[in-house]
Amino acid sequence: MDRIVVQAAAFDAGAEIASLREHDASVGAVAAFVGQVRDLNGAQGVDVLELEHYPGMTEASLAAIVADAHARWSLRGVTVIHRVGPLKPCDPIVLVAVASAHRGEAFQACEFVMDFLKTEAPFWKKETADGVSRWVEARERDDIAKQRWQGAGADEATQDKATHDKATHDKATEGTRARPRRA
Amino acid sequence: MLIELRFFAALRETLGVAAERVEVPAEVATVGALRDWLRARGGVWADALDLSRPVRAARNQRAGQPDTPLADGDEIAFFPPVTGG
Repeated sequence: MDRIVVQAAAFDAGAEIASLREHDASVGAVAAFVGQVRDLNGAQGVDVLELEHYPGMTEASLAAIVADAHARWSLRGVTVIHRVGPLKPCDPIVLVAVASAHRGEAFQACEFVMDFLKTEAPFWKKETADGVSRWVEARERDDIAKQRWQGAGADEATQDKATHDKATHDKATEGTRARPRRA
Repeated sequence: MLIELRFFAALRETLGVAAERVEVPAEVATVGALRDWLRARGGVWADALDLSRPVRAARNQRAGQPDTPLADGDEIAFFPPVTGG
């Protein structure tokens, strides 16, 4: 039920979400993230964002991230579509959609996959504005976002507690809810 | 030992090379030693692969570390920190 694709063409997020949840009555929730190209330079010039990747390693890296998500949470299906090649502002660039029985797993796994995709999958962005090209530099806050999930110690304890509090709350409002399995 | 080198993104452009097959001496036994060996070419190689730069590596398309061992026929890639998503 997982679908991992690297492609130049646009994707139809609605159709992808529908195919994740249709025909599977065990799915109670789908959380989806769509990333799109921002116009970082305001109205000046025509911006192009060129996405380079490492064919082979990219797909393997995405598959490993999705497998890790399955190991941590009970998921019914994960779709990851990442575009490559030249893109323009407002073009959708990435889709991560996660189907699960309840919303907690779907929300968390969707964010987990994005955090690891941004720091581990071998894609590189090159931006062109007003005829000047530059490679986009990695941001420290993306590494920090990933580290939340790796935590031993205090971070994980906080996360576990939040998960537990949420699960307790959900039990009161939604009936029994499976807790995320932690790696 | 025969190594298939791959370079990506800014590193590929700076070095002017996307792929290269090299015969490396047996003492170049790790990913880190290979980076040192390439840096010894001087010029843009010394600068682009300087240890102060955040260069990442992969061995046979899996993330590698400086102490990752090399084997004959390996595909070793060097590239900048990733920026997808």
